[in-house]
Amino acid sequence: MSSFGRIYAMISRYFYILRSSWPRMIELLYWPTIQMVLWGFISHYFVGSDKHIPYVVGALLGAVMLWDMLFRAQLSVSLSFMEELWSRNIGHICVSPLRPLEWCMSMVTISFIRTVISIGPVFVLAAWFYDFNILEIGWPLVAFMINIFAMGWWLGLLITAILMRAGLGAEGLCWAITFMIAPFCAVYYPVSILPVWGQYISGLLPAAHVFEGLRALLLEQQFQSIYMVKAMALNVSYLIISIICFVWSLNHSRKVGGLLQTGE
Amino acid sequence: MSEVNTDTAQNSAIVVENLTKSFGDLKAVNNISFTIEKGSTTALLGGNGAGKTTTLSMLLGVLYPTDGTISVLGKDMLHDRYAVLERMNFASPYADLPRKLTVRQNLLVYGRLYSVAKLNERIEELAMMFEIMDFIDKPFGKLSAGQQTRVALAKALLNTPDILLLDEPTASLDPDMGDRIRSLVERYRTESKATILLASHNMQEVERLCDNVLMMRQGEIVDRGAPDALIDRYGMDNMEDVFLKVARDQDNKKTIQELQKKAKGK
Repeated sequence: MSSFGRIYAMISRYFYILRSSWPRMIELLYWPTIQMVLWGFISHYFVGSDKHIPYVVGALLGAVMLWDMLFRAQLSVSLSFMEELWSRNIGHICVSPLRPLEWCMSMVTISFIRTVISIGPVFVLAAWFYDFNILEIGWPLVAFMINIFAMGWWLGLLITAILMRAGLGAEGLCWAITFMIAPFCAVYYPVSILPVWGQYISGLLPAAHVFEGLRALLLEQQFQSIYMVKAMALNVSYLIISIICFVWSLNHSRKVGGLLQTGE
Repeated sequence: MSEVNTDTAQNSAIVVENLTKSFGDLKAVNNISFTIEKGSTTALLGGNGAGKTTTLSMLLGVLYPTDGTISVLGKDMLHDRYAVLERMNFASPYADLPRKLTVRQNLLVYGRLYSVAKLNERIEELAMMFEIMDFIDKPFGKLSAGQQTRVALAKALLNTPDILLLDEPTASLDPDMGDRIRSLVERYRTESKATILLASHNMQEVERLCDNVLMMRQGEIVDRGAPDALIDRYGMDNMEDVFLKVARDQDNKKTIQELQKKAKGK
């Protein structure tokens, strides 16, 4: 019970921050909406006369939404940790009975909440503007989303591990990391477009398998579960590695000092 | 769970043995040992860089020692930290609370982290005690230094800790607010029988609050004892002068050893 209580404590801490700042709420909604609107018009323009319009537009919009979900999931985990650095609160957290795994769980949970707040309205707008209802994908969408969330979370936890080592000097990574790997995630094009060495890198990224699976479903109407199995296997491995890195980084900080004064 | 199986550990709140912390070639804390009895209030004194905050950090488990052991309430802090953290707490002007959260939200979050029973009642109780009710729904970052210190202390007492560690609790406060904070600490000690360890540069505070003093210099404990005994031993009028004597004396160790021998001879 006390473990849930501590996770709840941290979730409420991040939720209070979110609730207290309307610019944060607007920022959550603004970028995914703009992305979706832009890509919706662009895809309509490029495929104007193609008979496969609904499928191509759907594939692009679906990719935009899942990509943004990945970005938001990662960013929310990293931002939760940065909130502690910005407020010089790490010391209080580290002398409390909160265990590292409970901390990870709370960051992951608030990331889920923030991402749903962020992406939910975009689903509605896509259906309204472009007649594309991503929920019509059905159960495969659940598999795509689980994998996308999982990848966002382990990326976010890896960034927090780096932040713990490098401090706020590394905060730019929070915003940059997903865009650094974007070319290899094959969000808007198939993996086969990439050079061979790039395809090897793609094979190691769960998101690339998810987007391949999404395209197969929307363009060929085939759900290829092998993509999801590969993505899930990679995600589970990376999630374990990222948690190990987080705990290792926390222990390293306890060795070299600075947790009590860590901040801006 | 690892137990520290010594009689000393069972009867004492804190037992530190041969504690050392090195950062590269620098020994921030060098082979110190001390015992703090349950229910006592002890001051950790020393100039800047003496090793007080490093020692406090190790006691709180946020810094691993290079060598030595720390036992808190009979538990080994290196391997069994979580067994005692619920019974400890700390306040420091150098570790802020989240500034965008209101005072109430801060207390709710930390109350939940420490699994405080009847949390709302406890918050009301502390709000009355520390006179923070007027600004309990204001963001922490908008409070004055004195108000923030009171809130930080309220947070530190949320779980009614058996062991309370305070790092310069009245730093940067005006004399009136400093006096009020000291009264609140005294009141908590009387009511709870808690063990308190405080690092301070305010010698009046030390004389008023503390039963024992550990004097640190360059990472070592150079002297220890009750404030009155130290004042007598150094032939000074107050702790301020004792502090200056210990901090400034170039041949410090030799002088102190001589004084300690004399004291034993009496």
